[in-house]
Amino acid sequence: MKLLFKRPRSLREIPTHYCPGCGHGIVQRLVAEVVDELDIRERVIGVAPVGCAVIAYDYWDFDCSEAAHGRALAVATGIKRMRPENIVFTYQGDGDLAAIGTAETIHAANRGENLTVIFINNAVYGMTGGQMAPTTLLNQKTTTTPYGRRADREGYPLKISELIAQLPAVRYVERVALYSPQAVFIAKKTIKQAFQNQIENRGFSLVEVLSPCPTYWGMSPKEAMDWIRDVMIKEFPLGRIR
Amino acid sequence: MPRIVIEQDKCKGCLLCASFCPKGLIKKADKLNKLGLNPVEFDAKGCLGCMQCAVICPDCCIRIYK
Repeated sequence: MKLLFKRPRSLREIPTHYCPGCGHGIVQRLVAEVVDELDIRERVIGVAPVGCAVIAYDYWDFDCSEAAHGRALAVATGIKRMRPENIVFTYQGDGDLAAIGTAETIHAANRGENLTVIFINNAVYGMTGGQMAPTTLLNQKTTTTPYGRRADREGYPLKISELIAQLPAVRYVERVALYSPQAVFIAKKTIKQAFQNQIENRGFSLVEVLSPCPTYWGMSPKEAMDWIRDVMIKEFPLGRIR
Repeated sequence: MPRIVIEQDKCKGCLLCASFCPKGLIKKADKLNKLGLNPVEFDAKGCLGCMQCAVICPDCCIRIYK
């Protein structure tokens, strides 16, 4: 019998702390698979964010660094400038990349640093208890918007990928989602392309992944997947942005 | 004939694999695992080896043999 699918080498054999049905587990496995396939495990350096994925460095079996809240891209810039032979990526959530770290994100993109960014957009703050994030959809209920987000009070969902795609130094921006196994396959292809861009010195690449948070959306894992497909991708359209 | 192996002590019972299995071969187990959750179990008859369960599994606890 041939082994068709197994845990990638770059993912440690320990159970994660994520809630059942969380998208972080899927994306972290995809990153590990891509690192294995590109054979860059010995020279990749990941930068973990603050948020639900804060201990991602415990799950990946390659070199990682932790950054202060929102400053992952500043830390990654430093690592990449000192060690240009290494492949440096950041893995950030929406509270980290699009809220407290907006300045670092936009300036790193504007400088066109040769980095790969994996941006997990799940439309809430997961780690702190399901508060409204900048990417929360209009009328979406969270613990700080119990009657739904209103445009006149909290503003509109922040489309950070579209914002960054306007900058001239940015090379590659694409949005993918995780609502089905086929969509996960596309997400993996996109993440691989983003790493490939860095290996070929093409510049700043960002992959936004629409990821489920069943716990704070108040849904079952399958309903959360369907909600991404039916509701979330209307606000955040999928595909290549730049 | 393809078959899958589920590492039940890592499974959190989110049932995403069960909902995407085209043949409906994966279902919730009655017993509890080390995490205190109901994992999924697999009925070995008729698996296509399409890998949809393993690709969607957030905890990477499914291996597929063909």
